[in-house]
Amino acid sequence: MVLFVAEFSLNPTEMSEIAEKVKSIIVDKLGVEPSEVTPEASFTNDLGADSLDTVELIMEFEKEFNVSIPDDQAENIGTVGQAIAYLEEHAK
Amino acid sequence: MALRRVVVTGLGAITPLGKTVAEYWDGLSRGVSGAAPITRFDASKFKTRFACEVKGYNPDDYFERKEGRKMDLFTQFAVIASDQAIADAGLLEGVDKDRVGVIWGSGIGGLRTFQEECVAFGRGDGTPRFNPFFIPKMIADSSSGNISIKHGFRGPNFVTTSACASSSDSIIAAFNYIRLNMADVIVTGGSEAAITEAGVGGFNAIKAMSERNDAPEMASRPYDKERDGFVLGEGAGALILEEYEHAKARGAKIYAELLGGGLSSDAYHITAPDPDGNGVVLVMKNALRDAGITPADVDYINTHGTSTPLGDGAEVKAIQKVFGEDAYRLNISSTKSMTGHLLGGAGAIEALASILAIQHGVVPPTINHFTDDPELDSRLNFTFNQAQKREVNIAISNTFGFGGHNTSVVFGKFRD
Repeated sequence: MVLFVAEFSLNPTEMSEIAEKVKSIIVDKLGVEPSEVTPEASFTNDLGADSLDTVELIMEFEKEFNVSIPDDQAENIGTVGQAIAYLEEHAK
Repeated sequence: MALRRVVVTGLGAITPLGKTVAEYWDGLSRGVSGAAPITRFDASKFKTRFACEVKGYNPDDYFERKEGRKMDLFTQFAVIASDQAIADAGLLEGVDKDRVGVIWGSGIGGLRTFQEECVAFGRGDGTPRFNPFFIPKMIADSSSGNISIKHGFRGPNFVTTSACASSSDSIIAAFNYIRLNMADVIVTGGSEAAITEAGVGGFNAIKAMSERNDAPEMASRPYDKERDGFVLGEGAGALILEEYEHAKARGAKIYAELLGGGLSSDAYHITAPDPDGNGVVLVMKNALRDAGITPADVDYINTHGTSTPLGDGAEVKAIQKVFGEDAYRLNISSTKSMTGHLLGGAGAIEALASILAIQHGVVPPTINHFTDDPELDSRLNFTFNQAQKREVNIAISNTFGFGGHNTSVVFGKFRD
């Protein structure tokens, strides 16, 4: 157990817990490879999401992070990085 | 305007007896039961704890995960069966897709999806968190919609709903659109996936289903004295219907000709059949007239025969009224004894059974016959327990649905 924690903390590419969760939700819902989920990736242009997929992603973020994302703010979440930034600010 | 001839040029099936047409026919001709304990949910508290499920089904064998999870199971079955039929007919090469339609049948639609979303809402605090795919997955026409999107078929597209007659009605609707020159080819058939808590609980409440939990494989026993209700099934059947000259021009193989269809209503009760079988008499008469044939021309009737005490008898009486002495010459069988009752998919897989009987010269049996029912005329040939060899020139498939809907479809051996 100690060894595992030590290894994990040494990982130089470690992301925040929120970023990890966001990434895994996107991989799960959009059926994309983890390597495609970069901060700049656009849900619709790069990751193949349609309008319904995008609504579902926002709902999953709300559920996972126990936040309510108003529609006018959801419209501004178009990339992976924007989602992570929003959730890092608002997640409870 | 002369009506155009319509032939069957492709078949597809995913059924409790197998996941291809070949496996389905193998099960039918060997008299195999598709019934077994329910695995799709914990049925331990239900009156009926068995059903005819599609065995060994894994959506990942057919769909990318992202694609599959946007379809309810009944739509997955629809896409799988229609893909098989489309490939069988060689339909994707050089066909004008503006003239290819999809008319599918489903009695219920996405019951699992509906149930899960409503249960999740009920368990919450009243905050609506419905998934954006809830409605598009649930609606019955997501089946025909997904099939057309996948293949680019831009012709007529809709779903028929008439409970257990749904996919006989889709076949007749497709037949009419082609006859009337509104399309050249139509992907038709039907699917159902109602083996859920709501489906089983709901049909149990109507007291329509067998409760023979100690012997599931012997539960569906149409025309047996001890029959106690239908066995719920799931799956899909698909047919490619095509205008004859169109099929000939592209050198398509022809399984059979669709000669005619009849429709009627009992106008009697929402679930119980008219015990006098008046609506069923009418539907078979309508079908014979539309096909331009007489009772003497018919070799085989694939009956609705769900294994309910009331329904089986009413249909048999109606057959005797329509066919008179010719009834004794017929082979009659209910393949629901093997497949269970696919509800909105029943008409489609039974149309396939009728077509395959014509093709193979073999009438599939009514299995699970143990005790004669003294109410039924023992001189009739119900094809009990074993398939029978017979040249089948004309076969009729009957289906009847809650609501009093009756539909008969007439298939004939193709002759140029």
